[in-house]
Amino acid sequence: MTEATPLIAVSDLAMQFARRHPLSERIAGKPQQIVHALNGVSFTVRRGETLGIVGESGCGKSTLARCLVRLNTPSAGSVTYAGTDVLKLEGAARRNYHRRVQMVFQDPYSSLNPRMTVRQTLAEAIKFHGLRRGAAIGTRIAELLDLVRLPSDAGERYPHEFSGGQRQRIGIARALAVEPECLIADELVSALDVSVQAQIVNLLLELQERLHLTVLFIAHDLRLVRHISHRVAVMYLGKIVELAETEQLFSRPAHPYTAALLKAAPELDPGRRSTVDAVRGELPSPIAIPSGCPFHPRCPYVFDRCRVELPLLTPRSETQFAACHLDSLPRVN
Amino acid sequence: MNAIQTARVETGALLSVRDLRVTFGSTRGALTAVDGVDLDVRPGEVLGIAGESGSGKSVTLRAILGLIHAPGLVDGQVFWRGRDLRTLPQRQLRKVRGGEIGIIFQEPMTALNPVLTVGMQILENLKEHTQLDAAGRRKRATELLDLVGIPAAQSRLNDYPHQFSGGMRQRAMIAIALASNPKLLLADEPTTALDVTIQDQILKLILRLRSEMNMSVVLVTHDLGVIAQTCDRLAVMYAGRVVETGPVTALFKEPRHAYTLGLLNSVPRADLARQPLSSISGQPPLLFQLPPGCAFAPRCRFMTQGCTEAKPPLVEVATDHRSACIHHDKVAQAKP
Repeated sequence: MTEATPLIAVSDLAMQFARRHPLSERIAGKPQQIVHALNGVSFTVRRGETLGIVGESGCGKSTLARCLVRLNTPSAGSVTYAGTDVLKLEGAARRNYHRRVQMVFQDPYSSLNPRMTVRQTLAEAIKFHGLRRGAAIGTRIAELLDLVRLPSDAGERYPHEFSGGQRQRIGIARALAVEPECLIADELVSALDVSVQAQIVNLLLELQERLHLTVLFIAHDLRLVRHISHRVAVMYLGKIVELAETEQLFSRPAHPYTAALLKAAPELDPGRRSTVDAVRGELPSPIAIPSGCPFHPRCPYVFDRCRVELPLLTPRSETQFAACHLDSLPRVN
Repeated sequence: MNAIQTARVETGALLSVRDLRVTFGSTRGALTAVDGVDLDVRPGEVLGIAGESGSGKSVTLRAILGLIHAPGLVDGQVFWRGRDLRTLPQRQLRKVRGGEIGIIFQEPMTALNPVLTVGMQILENLKEHTQLDAAGRRKRATELLDLVGIPAAQSRLNDYPHQFSGGMRQRAMIAIALASNPKLLLADEPTTALDVTIQDQILKLILRLRSEMNMSVVLVTHDLGVIAQTCDRLAVMYAGRVVETGPVTALFKEPRHAYTLGLLNSVPRADLARQPLSSISGQPPLLFQLPPGCAFAPRCRFMTQGCTEAKPPLVEVATDHRSACIHHDKVAQAKP
C-alpha cells in the first residue's frame, strides 16, 4: 500500500476467545476450546476514505471493530492511529483517542440508555470530553439534532419514542457530539427497512463530506458496501481474503470467496437468474479452522496446495490484493 | 367495491384470499394489520409478498392458516381448492394446515421444538398426515432429510435442533413441512436470518423442490433481490393493503405504484456509487392512525388532493397487473 501516512494502520491483529471449560470436560481430558475470531488482519485506512468491510456472520468483522475502539483487547498485533500505538494508550491520551474514533452500533435501541433523554445522552458525551460549557452545550445539541435532521424537540424525548431510523440518527448524533475524525459503523442500517435505510445512507454520505470523516463501514450487504465504500475488504474466518478498490473488487474479484459472495447476493434483475448454488457447504467453525486456505473446503478451484499452505495477501495490481494460490480466477459462467 | 371484489374468485387458482381483514385491539385504539387483502395463488407458481415491517405480510400468511388468535379478529374468505378455510371445522382445518399447506418460518430455532430430535418432529408430521406405517415413516424421514440436502441424513435424525447450524435448521424445517407432500408451501421470511451464501442455497432448494414436488410457494420477504431471483408474481403490501400486484418482470421494469417505484429506487445500484439514493421520505404510518385515503400519500411525490379523499382501489392497469395508485400512469413514466 503506497500512501505515506495512513490514518489507521492495523497489522497482524489476532483475537482469540477461550470458551468455558467445564469440569466435566476437564475430567474427560478434553482440551479447552478456543474461538479464533481474528487471525492476522492487516490493512490501512487513509484519511477521508470509506473502507467497507464485508463478510458473513462469524467472519470477525465486529470483533475487528471492537478491537479498533479497544472494547476488546486483541491477543496479538498492533493498531496505530496517526502514528501512535493505540493499544498502549492510557489515561488522557486514551480518552482523546476515544474522542477521535467513534463507533456507531447496529442496534441503537440497546446501545442508547433508555432512561436518558436524547439531550442527556448528547450532553454527557460533550461534558465528558470537556468540549463545551454551560449554555454552549445547549447550542451544540441543537446543532447536532439539526445535523442529523431530527426535529428540535427531539432532545426532550426518550429513545423508545423514536422509530428505528430516527434512533439510528440519535446514535450518529451521539457519535458526532464529540467531534470525531473517524466513524466506525458496525451494521449501521441492517436493522432498518429499505426505504429508511436509504435515508440513513444519504445522511452518512453527506456528513462524511461536510465533516471530512474517515469511515469504516462494516456490513454484510454487498450492494450497500459497494455504494458507500472507496475500498472494500472481504473477510472470511478472521482473515482478509481480498482488499481492493470497490469497482475492481466488484467487477473483477480475485478471490473465489469474493466471487461466490457476489454470485450469491440476489440481483435486482428478474431477467438474470441462476439455478446453481453460488457456493457449496457452510461456514466452518472458528474453533476448528481448516488447514491451509480456510476457504478450501468450499472452493470450486481447490487443488493440493490449498489444503496445506496458507495463501498470503499478495498484490494482484497496485490497488488489488488477494489471498489465493491462483494468480487469476478461471472465467466461468 | 368490496362486493365486486369478493365475487371475483380467479378460476383455476389453488388459493384465493378475498377481502381478508385482521384487527387487533391495542391500548391506543383498534389496529388494522391487514385491510382487505385479495390474493390468488396459481398452481405451480411462486408468489412473492413484499413489504416493509408492519405492512401486514406475515399476518396475512398466518390468517390464511387460521393462526391468528384472540384478541386478533379475522374477517374475509380464504378459498382453498374451492372450500373456505375460514368456515371449516377445526378437525378438517387441521388436515389442511400442515397437510395440504405447509409452512416454514423465519427463525427455525424458535419454530422447532428444542427438546425433540429433528427426526421425531418429522415423524410427528408423517404420522398426522400420511398413511405410512412406523417403518415406512422412518424411511420417509431419512429420504426427506436427504431431499433437503442434509448430509448423513440417517444419523442426523437423532440430533436436536441446537446441534444444527442455522442453514441446516432451515433445511430441517423445510423437511418437516414437506413430510405431508403439500400442494402449497407458505414461507415467511425463510432466509432473512441466514448469511447470503446460505440464503442462496436455501432459495435454490425451495425452487428445486417446487418443481420436483409440483407445489406452489408463497414467499414473504422484505428483500426485493430475493423476489427478483425467485418469484413468478409479486404482491407489494403497504400498511395492511396490497398496493400493487403482477408478474415480477413487469413490476420491476415498469412499476405502477409510487411505493413500489420508491422501494426499487431505494436499493443501491452498481452504476451510481456514492451518489445520494432516492429514498422515500418520512416513515411508514402507525397502523392505528392511518391517514385517510391512500396510506402512502404523505410520503408520495406524486400526491394530489385526490389521493387523500378515498382509499384507491386495486385496478387492472395492464395484463395481469393491478395497482392501487390513481397516478399509475405518471408512475409508469418515471421508470426506476
